[in-house]
Amino acid sequence: MAQTNAEPIAQVTPRGAGGRRQMSDRRIVQLFILPTIILLILMNIFPLIYSLYLSFTNYSVISTDPPQWVGIQNYVDILSDTDFWRNFGITGTYALASVTLQTVIGFVLALLLRTKFRGSGIITTMILVPMMLSPIVVAVFWRLIFNPSYGILNPLLGFTNINTSPEWLGEPGLALLAIVIVDVWMWSPFVMLLCLAGLSAIPEYLYEAAAIDRAGGLFVFFRITLPQVLPLLLIAVLFRTIEAFKQFDLVQGLTAGGPGDATETVSVQLYQLAFQGQFNTGLSSALAYIVLIVIIAISNLYIRALNRAREG
Amino acid sequence: MAVVSGAPRSGGPRQKVVISTRVDKVSTGARLTSNVRAAIAIVIALIMLIPVFWMAMTAFKTRPDAVAVPPLLFFQPSLEGFVSLLTDRRQLNPEEIAAAKERTDLDFFNQVALVRGQTVLGVSAFPGQLLNSLIIAGVSTIFSVAFGVLAAYAFSRFPVPGKDDLLFFILSQRMLPPVVVTIPIFLMYRQLGLYDTHFGMILLYTAFNLSFSVWLLKGFIDEIPREYEEAALVDGYTRLQAFRKIVLPQATTGIAATTVFSLIFSWNEYAFALMLTSDVARTAPPSIPLVLGTGGIEWAAIAAGSLAFLIPVVIVTFLLRKHLLRGVTFGAIRKG
Repeated sequence: MAQTNAEPIAQVTPRGAGGRRQMSDRRIVQLFILPTIILLILMNIFPLIYSLYLSFTNYSVISTDPPQWVGIQNYVDILSDTDFWRNFGITGTYALASVTLQTVIGFVLALLLRTKFRGSGIITTMILVPMMLSPIVVAVFWRLIFNPSYGILNPLLGFTNINTSPEWLGEPGLALLAIVIVDVWMWSPFVMLLCLAGLSAIPEYLYEAAAIDRAGGLFVFFRITLPQVLPLLLIAVLFRTIEAFKQFDLVQGLTAGGPGDATETVSVQLYQLAFQGQFNTGLSSALAYIVLIVIIAISNLYIRALNRAREG
Repeated sequence: MAVVSGAPRSGGPRQKVVISTRVDKVSTGARLTSNVRAAIAIVIALIMLIPVFWMAMTAFKTRPDAVAVPPLLFFQPSLEGFVSLLTDRRQLNPEEIAAAKERTDLDFFNQVALVRGQTVLGVSAFPGQLLNSLIIAGVSTIFSVAFGVLAAYAFSRFPVPGKDDLLFFILSQRMLPPVVVTIPIFLMYRQLGLYDTHFGMILLYTAFNLSFSVWLLKGFIDEIPREYEEAALVDGYTRLQAFRKIVLPQATTGIAATTVFSLIFSWNEYAFALMLTSDVARTAPPSIPLVLGTGGIEWAAIAAGSLAFLIPVVIVTFLLRKHLLRGVTFGAIRKG
């Protein structure tokens, strides 16, 4: 004990004089980070490199032929395929519609719940339940709710005649809307949660100052509330946009791309290409890379906004 | 703005009394609107939970009740759905039904099945799949939290070369769509014999949750004052001792929250399980929709399975409510 009491102070400052201790700290760092890095290289880097290679081949997992190099043919095929662009459009429409609705509903919910009342904690948690549920289970039981003859949604909306009531998952025009409804149901609470955090951080003196100035409600909302919540709202929007582009579970569970291919998002197309029918591994790897590039572009935005919020 | 901008500059905070009388005047109306707000919020919460209530009700309906037109709000509760979920059954012919009705030694499952003229053949695949879910989620969570704590501590306390890039890289793993990652992993697993194994799924979920747990735990460890460790180091503790005896106990809440989030993520995960398992290591999520395929739609059974699957998550959500915000934003946002 006694002989070490000079040295530890040095090791506290990372670039201190205690050279021997410094080594040991560095070893701890290496040891501590190593499992994480190894696992990520094994389960992410290697697979990604492997699939980059496969995306330039005509490989299929169910054929015995070895992969044959076809250059950029897969990419050319996908980018010149009208189905791909249509599916991308469907994904974009879905993402835009559900993120917009979630943002508005989530924000309104947060405004309703910002002032505490008796039981507001429980109510808030109850509203948060949907987003914690398993998306596939959610999709399955919403199928029961959407069912045109014995589902509960149509009677709740006032459609009592089975012959004229909407067939949510069976009509091409409605199926995407149905998926948006479920996504909004699940994820508006997420936006609400972030907005609540933003609202609770607004300093009270801003509102007091506005009250002195006899500022109107709209003025207060647009000049104080909205700008103050905006950073967190932005994070919520970006987060949900990424998730919407990734969305697979809900779509697969609700419609599996149907009816016909009216709700075939890029993720569903990717799944069908890779794991059904032809098991077209090469082509699907190329599609996967295109999706990946889009996602990386969006997540870059997200992380930048995140860092800004952390600093602010 | 113009009215006051000149006068209260000198007053500032000292004028608070004046302000607060004003705010008080407003608050009679404000209290009323806050009651209205509360009422609206409660109504919305109840509307949002209708699907969950509906599923819970359907779980206790009989097969005809579950698909009754119009939907039944009041019905005779039955455990048929749970029995259908947990057992494989065979349809009996009329003589067998008559014979079975005579018998008094039928167990509970057979009694319920007999209402529909069926006899129980054995346990269905669902309990096993639920067990798979539990094993895979549990073990992968232990590993991802253990590795996550170590990495988070290192990232939080030491200058790691290329730290920001590494952390960005770790987080970006979480942004990848599962379907994209699955294609090469499927090929890799097939080569290594890891397809449809518990080990393979544990490995994958560990990696998948690790990025999340590193970020979340780093947030928690960042909040523990360095002074505690520094004092311990001065007292002659080694770095490892300080980590074990000072940092870990301080980070207990964070570790608990991370554990529960990891559990929920692996428990709910669908895409990987759908594509990388078939019979042996299949978890519950990909099998719940498949109940649809067997002999018509057994909505009561599906609802029973979903309910059994969701109840733990709902309980955990209530337990975790203080940490939800942190959890769903990867530890980026801590207040609130």
